[in-house]
Amino acid sequence: MIINILRKELKSMFASPMGWVILALLMLAFGMNFLNGIDSYFSVMQGSMRPAERIGVTQFVGQKLFSFAAFLALFAVPLLSMRLIAEERRSLTLPFLFSAPVSITDIVLGKFLSLVLFLGLIVVYIALMLFALSPWAEIDVGYILANSFGLLLLIASFSAAGLYFSSMTQQPVVAAILTFIVLFALSFLDLVLPGDPSGVLPNLSIMHRFQSFTGGLIDTGDIAYFVLLIITFLTLTIRRLDADRLRG
Amino acid sequence: MTNLTVEAFELTRLYGGREAVSNVSFSVMQGQVLGFLGPNGAGKSTTMKMLTGNLAPSAGSVKICGIDMIENPKEAKALIGYLPEMRPLYKEFTVDEYLTIAARLHRVSSKHIKSAVENAKERCGLGHMSKRLIENLSNGYQQRVGIAQAILHKPMVVILDEPTVGLDPNQIRPIRELIKEIGKDHSVILSTHILPEVELMCNHVQIIDKGKMVFNGDIDVLKRHRVGNKLLIGFNNTPSIEALMNINGVTEAELADNNMMRVRFADGSAPHEAIVQAAVRNSWGLYQIAPDQTSLEDVFTQLTHQDAAAELAVESTQ
Repeated sequence: MIINILRKELKSMFASPMGWVILALLMLAFGMNFLNGIDSYFSVMQGSMRPAERIGVTQFVGQKLFSFAAFLALFAVPLLSMRLIAEERRSLTLPFLFSAPVSITDIVLGKFLSLVLFLGLIVVYIALMLFALSPWAEIDVGYILANSFGLLLLIASFSAAGLYFSSMTQQPVVAAILTFIVLFALSFLDLVLPGDPSGVLPNLSIMHRFQSFTGGLIDTGDIAYFVLLIITFLTLTIRRLDADRLRG
Repeated sequence: MTNLTVEAFELTRLYGGREAVSNVSFSVMQGQVLGFLGPNGAGKSTTMKMLTGNLAPSAGSVKICGIDMIENPKEAKALIGYLPEMRPLYKEFTVDEYLTIAARLHRVSSKHIKSAVENAKERCGLGHMSKRLIENLSNGYQQRVGIAQAILHKPMVVILDEPTVGLDPNQIRPIRELIKEIGKDHSVILSTHILPEVELMCNHVQIIDKGKMVFNGDIDVLKRHRVGNKLLIGFNNTPSIEALMNINGVTEAELADNNMMRVRFADGSAPHEAIVQAAVRNSWGLYQIAPDQTSLEDVFTQLTHQDAAAELAVESTQ
């Protein structure tokens, strides 16, 4: 049943120009960033004399690209997630889903997965761009895969948060703003709050967690962090929608 | 009983301490069309939301074909087709796309989806609108799409909240026929505030007021209330009231609007002919004689008035 909700959401995402436009703009931005990275690779490497300063092309281009993607996701995800539930609330279409033989969990998971799948296209696109270097250079496959996995987790947790804030209001714009504020705060927790960098708070920051992936490292602690974040927001969303049924 | 499709037991719904629906119990059988009547804010929509699992009852329970809505919501919901008061339409889709999504969500197997969509479109007169965006359809056509979505998966119970709103008289007729047709093998519950519609479509009526059930019975019981032992007679030379009272069987006579007279007669007597004969004999100038029907609106007002309701409720349970 999740699959039917997912299909409906994807269809609706591509039924309006919004989905296409955002996808196109993101691809343009990543394409430019990728080209820039390659362009500057040789000039920078010529300047770095010592062997320790020399890094591979995958890492050089990839690091910039994936950090840029994580940063852009901060703006793109709220814009894409805002309509998921708020729009249904506003146009009073939620009863259509509630009276169909699907559970609220199915509805929430379907909507969540549709957004992850949609944004997953971008992750695949970035990975493909980097793999496209392989005829001319020796690329670091592990590095690309670790980064893509990290980016996917990051996007998924952003989407889960976006979905939750979308379920709280009838106004998509309000949902987008709320999502952005919360994601921004969560992302840069370690930069805003002073204190010991090895303390508890920096470990709660999304970008801090994402950094180990950008180094090519897959840490179970980081995976657990993102998975917990996703589960928390999805559970909150399910509870919020269930409250609709209980409180009316 | 096996053909009981909807059972509601003592449904109660509180909104912040106020009872929107209190202690409503009823059942619907297969082949019944139940009309839900009530003034604005009486709790019709709230009751329907509880029947379809969109709202959890504060107390009481709902069973659809014996399946409890609270314990097995998925199974129970699969047997229902619901059109809420506000049509839940995704305006960015075409009619075909929307109905296909509805079919998938309601577990129509993939090889039957196409025929189910075609069938629903045909029954609701939407055939030529297939490729149009729902957004661009007129109000009446949007309403038809809403109905199509509710009957698409051939549910055992169809629940329609004010289904004829926004339809013009030409469109209403086929929809009424459609509802009657569905009512033949399935059950239909519909709410409306257009009273004649109830008489045309329903064979069972429920009136709800301020959250309480004030009438629950066969449509004929309601009709009997309408047609009392009354005649409305028009004379050119209006006779005296005594002259009419002298006619055998007449119990009461009074002047009505437009120089007409309203005459009540005892049960079992038929003074019609005697009145006509008297009119001819005394040249009262009779030009009209007809049974005086209380308008359904009057019955409705009467019923939603507490004291009168108590009386009727007793009668209808007999």
